[in-house]
Amino acid sequence: MAVASVVILTAVTLAVLLGPLIWRVPINEIDFTARLAAPSWQHPFGTDDLGQDLLARMLYGGRISLAVGFSAMAVAIVAGTVIGAISGISRGSIDAVLMWITDLFLALPQLPLLLLVIYLFRDFLKNLVGPEGGVFILIVLVIGCFRWMPVARLVRAQFLSLREKEFVEAARALGATTPRLVIRHILPNSLGPVIVAGTIDVAAAIIAESTLSFLGLGFPPDIPTWGRLLFDAKDYLDIAPHWALFAGGAIFLTVLAINFIGDGLRDLLDPRKVM
Amino acid sequence: MGKYILRRLIIALPSLLGISLILFVLLALAPGDPFGELASNSNIPPEVQEALRVKFGIDDPILIRYFRWLVAMLHGDWGFSFASRIDVDQLILQRIPTTLFVVGSSQILALAIALPVGVYAAMRPYSIFDQIANTLAFIGFSLPTFFTGLLLILIFSVNLGWLPFVYRVDISATGWHWYWEYFKQAIMPVSVLGLFQAASYTRYVRSAVLDVIRLDYVTTARSKGLNERKVIVKHVVRNALIPVVTLVALQMPAVFGGAIITEQIFRIPGIGSLLITAILANDTPVIMAVTFVFACLVVAFNLMADIIYGWLDPRISYR
Repeated sequence: MAVASVVILTAVTLAVLLGPLIWRVPINEIDFTARLAAPSWQHPFGTDDLGQDLLARMLYGGRISLAVGFSAMAVAIVAGTVIGAISGISRGSIDAVLMWITDLFLALPQLPLLLLVIYLFRDFLKNLVGPEGGVFILIVLVIGCFRWMPVARLVRAQFLSLREKEFVEAARALGATTPRLVIRHILPNSLGPVIVAGTIDVAAAIIAESTLSFLGLGFPPDIPTWGRLLFDAKDYLDIAPHWALFAGGAIFLTVLAINFIGDGLRDLLDPRKVM
Repeated sequence: MGKYILRRLIIALPSLLGISLILFVLLALAPGDPFGELASNSNIPPEVQEALRVKFGIDDPILIRYFRWLVAMLHGDWGFSFASRIDVDQLILQRIPTTLFVVGSSQILALAIALPVGVYAAMRPYSIFDQIANTLAFIGFSLPTFFTGLLLILIFSVNLGWLPFVYRVDISATGWHWYWEYFKQAIMPVSVLGLFQAASYTRYVRSAVLDVIRLDYVTTARSKGLNERKVIVKHVVRNALIPVVTLVALQMPAVFGGAIITEQIFRIPGIGSLLITAILANDTPVIMAVTFVFACLVVAFNLMADIIYGWLDPRISYR
């Protein structure tokens, strides 16, 4: 299943990256004669209520959704690994303080705070970097900020167990400084669970971004991210179900593939097997 | 046990204060303030604006404003909604029962599905039942809740016409008819939330039971001659439930987040949809109060998880 998922995910990524070069229908070509058309050869996924071609919009939106997913995962993993590493290598008060901060962040209600931060800072970032860039940075930062805690805990747990091993002791006896110990010896061996957590983070970030767009609080309305497509589609469910089905199906397929990959990776990295 | 509960309470209160501080600082850092609109209104002379700002203490340092807000919240003065023109605490009290009903029923449904399926799948690992259950669980938590909700509305309300898709708190009926109407309108949102949670709980229950079922005391119990049901129920499930309970309680924040979406789709008048309407209407007092309520619920559920964990596993409470 995991191999099939890698194939599917690669297919989706390639489609999203190269698709707009092949399928050159513009995403905002309004054509009222073809409103809410069912799938046909001219419009393989149908059209929406303004006659815009859905395949083109989905390919464009897919780029943004996938970009948000991977960037948010990168932020979460980098932040989590740094904090977990610092916490794991230094015992005592630094560890206690960092773990208390982690627990505090874990106790924050995720979706309400996400909505609150977007509501508060959207205009500010819009003026700073332009509407799309501003919202992109905001969403990536905020989603990343809510996902670093499990990564930090995993890294810290790995560090606490690895630092007692003989190879670390040997390296320290050879005169390795602490940063060198961390970067060259302990960190590479602790990245296994982090990779698994990373794949789950991508899925969670894609769902979070779709949720925000679905609630009308994500990207500006003219950018057709998958969640936004669902948001627009939900009012036309009875006369144009293909719209919602394609948009939701894309999210579902991508997230399913990522989850299967994560599960396969976990089976690969975890030597336990049930007899 | 009492000392354990006391220790947990002592940890929970600073967490609540910490969360409320973060919320307040977030709001204070945001550009703009409630008097921004007044500033653009040319009818109000600048001296009056200055006087208003001083009177409400808008420019005081953050910590003073935070303490003033905290004291007000603790007194029960939660502010006045800009958009709805009633006191915020009344607004929230009106809507909380609905949300609690939907969230509570969905958790009960999720556990009712996940526990039997997870235990049975773990008892026969890698069998057909296990593989089907695993695949269904994956599909379950890969489907975003808004998509499932839309699909269910499409199938059951639009095409088949069996279930209403607008949630009404004031159903004009009495007796059994009232219960039936309520059940019909609640079944879709509760099952959307419940099935999503059931998918992730099933996998977790399965792995927790798999961890326990190989241990020596289970083999001892079996070799003592106890029948399989007693072994499973009295020994395996009781011990496997411990991490599951922790997970359920720790998932509550996420469940409330999922409830926000479900309330939007099914137009349920709960505090989730209150938050969204307040955000879209720029209604700051309501936003602050609802987010604070969510934070309180999260801390309360974490506390409950700790207490139940301490009760289920006596080894914990002696530390």
